[in-house]
Amino acid sequence: MLSKSPPASAVEISGLVKRFDRPVVEQLNLSVKAGEFYALLGPNGAGKTTTLKMVVGLLKPDAGAISILGVDALADPVAAKRTMAWVSDEPMVYDKLTPLEYLAFVAGLWGIDATIAEDRAHRLLGWLDLSDHARERCEGFSKGMRQKVALAGALVHDPRVIILDEPLTGLDAASARQVKAVLRERVDAGGAVIMTTHILEVAERMADRIGIIAGGRLIAEGTLDDLHGQAGRCTTTLEDTFLSLVASQAA
Amino acid sequence: MSRPGTLVWFAQHETRLAWRDWMAMMTAGRRRRMTSVVIVLAIFAAFMHLLAYPIVKGYAGIGSVPDKTTLVVMTGMLALSWSLMASQAMESVTRAFYSRADLDLILSSPAAAQTVFAVRIATITLATALMSILLAAPFINVLAALGGMRWLATYALMLAVSVSAMAFAVALTIALFMTLGPKRTRLVAQIMAAVIGATFVIGLQLAAIQSYGSLSRTDFLQSSAFVAGAPDTGSLVYWPALAATGDLTALAAVLAAGLLMLGSAIVLFAPRFADCVIAATGVAAPAPPQRGQANGFQRMTPGSALRLKEWLLLRRDPWLLSQSLMQILYLAPPAFLLWRSFGEGGGAIVVLVPVLVMAAGQLAGGLAWLAISGEDAPDLVATAPVPARRIVRAKVEAVMGVIALVFLPFVLAMAVISPWHSAVSAWGIIAAAAAAIQIQLWFRAQAKRSQFRRRHTSSRVATFAEAFSSIAWAGTAALAAAGTWFAAIAGAFAVLVLAVARMLSPPQA
Repeated sequence: MLSKSPPASAVEISGLVKRFDRPVVEQLNLSVKAGEFYALLGPNGAGKTTTLKMVVGLLKPDAGAISILGVDALADPVAAKRTMAWVSDEPMVYDKLTPLEYLAFVAGLWGIDATIAEDRAHRLLGWLDLSDHARERCEGFSKGMRQKVALAGALVHDPRVIILDEPLTGLDAASARQVKAVLRERVDAGGAVIMTTHILEVAERMADRIGIIAGGRLIAEGTLDDLHGQAGRCTTTLEDTFLSLVASQAA
Repeated sequence: MSRPGTLVWFAQHETRLAWRDWMAMMTAGRRRRMTSVVIVLAIFAAFMHLLAYPIVKGYAGIGSVPDKTTLVVMTGMLALSWSLMASQAMESVTRAFYSRADLDLILSSPAAAQTVFAVRIATITLATALMSILLAAPFINVLAALGGMRWLATYALMLAVSVSAMAFAVALTIALFMTLGPKRTRLVAQIMAAVIGATFVIGLQLAAIQSYGSLSRTDFLQSSAFVAGAPDTGSLVYWPALAATGDLTALAAVLAAGLLMLGSAIVLFAPRFADCVIAATGVAAPAPPQRGQANGFQRMTPGSALRLKEWLLLRRDPWLLSQSLMQILYLAPPAFLLWRSFGEGGGAIVVLVPVLVMAAGQLAGGLAWLAISGEDAPDLVATAPVPARRIVRAKVEAVMGVIALVFLPFVLAMAVISPWHSAVSAWGIIAAAAAAIQIQLWFRAQAKRSQFRRRHTSSRVATFAEAFSSIAWAGTAALAAAGTWFAAIAGAFAVLVLAVARMLSPPQA
């Protein structure tokens, strides 16, 4: 479904700054390649969600630049949004719509051809084990089911960059595995995925590269081995490495 | 300090919550606004006293034994207050069942649920009574100042009326639960609450139109035919009216009857409250599959996708529909007046113009809140590749579409009788609706659609601006319909209201 030859850099962030009543993101630089699964980790309040919200256009940065597949997201947000999808930790779906109607609405917003969208919608719902509920209203769905509907909505317009904020929160083991499989498939097809998570095991097993953010700055980045090295001591798990890096930053 | 788990302890807890809730409502959660709120309330109170003076001064001199016409009018007005209080109480009781908030904690604790709910019913009663007393206070104070201290008895009477209205509301809501079940009760109770509140007003107006071709309720109540058909002056029906004039025996009897009704309602229904609340949890059960229905995939632009979504969500939520379209109920009397005006010339329909314009402004305000602030998937819409301007335009079109659907039949019907009044109405409806939508755009604050009933708490300025704007446009249209150039002044005031609202609106991100 994805384009065969996407630009090498899917997301390019440079000098990103955001302040509310205090600095939340400070001079953040980040680059994620096409065909890469990037996990963004950090303690609570580190600035992960704020960063991602600026990337998808939900917040305006105070300074810095964001490029999505070569498009300046601040100068031409509509063009940038056309290639992106955002899934937040709190699935936002309409209670009174069925999953199919929700997907039709999303397809309408992204201007996807109705025939193609309908075919994709059925395939996605089947993939996410929601076919039996495709014509039920979302109001009675569990959080996991709603999260899967939201994820289907993010994928129905075939985005080349998928940005997810804690997408596995509240999902049972089977649902989490389905979501991870879907994301992996997108990455293998040349898409880029940026995901925040507090489940370090997920980052450890799925991410091609991991970025650790603390106090609004990227304090470490690389593959798992790179991070172990940056931690500067003999750590064997991502959890040890993460805690060590965050503690050294705090000190 | 009272012992935890006792009636007094729960009462303290509930009172504290109610007080903080009220404060949050008045200050929109910003405690630093308290001084401004006090100043605004003081100005509002002074204004209400001034407004009350011409309305009630004619009644201040009524003796302790009023004539039959006065008793009939007073009883009618008290019945009107009672129906509004019963409506408010029913709404509160239903909300107590369905908004769980702390109910999970309470029901999972070893505290006696009966005690908790007895206190909760009492608190809702107190809140309803307090609100009614606050609204009635300027009228009572003016009556007391002009006619003597005996009128202060009306405060106690308002309490009695509230208490009996609450008893009725509790009994009716529990009865609905037991007969209809929790899923249907929510909708039916909300609609019934609105209908109870509106029926008396609308009924009197319909009767007034039928008898006198006027929308005035008091004209009808004072009519010789109605007074002649009413019970004689010695009837118990008039005891509440007598209580208002300072008849202490009547007051004691009415108060005792009200308290007895509420006490009985608490004793009988508080134990069932917990069962109802637990049953209400099951209302989130999956809706039946939408078989045999189009799934929504069709060729459409982002704008049409947004418009269709808004209309579909509104159509699918009967509770929201009943809340937002309730203003339409108040259009029944004007519609009746319009119907009667066919063949009688256009004179009577002048009064219709402001009613339609006012209703359009109010309806547009509610719908605009739903479409703009009550977007349940704001991130999805904001991350779509659609310019923000286009999103807003689609939502405004969705609102205006509903306004057109509701008001076009009236405008077309008026065009047959009087094209001029029809044109003025159409213009006024568009202006009032556009102004209400613009105010909602200026004061947008993301919220869940389910918070529709409490949308006014996010900004008092927006609430007042919306109300004043609708009133001003209705006044402009009324004066224009009457063919006076004073319409220009009223129009300028309407524009001024908008300008002030814009000035006070928060900066948009």
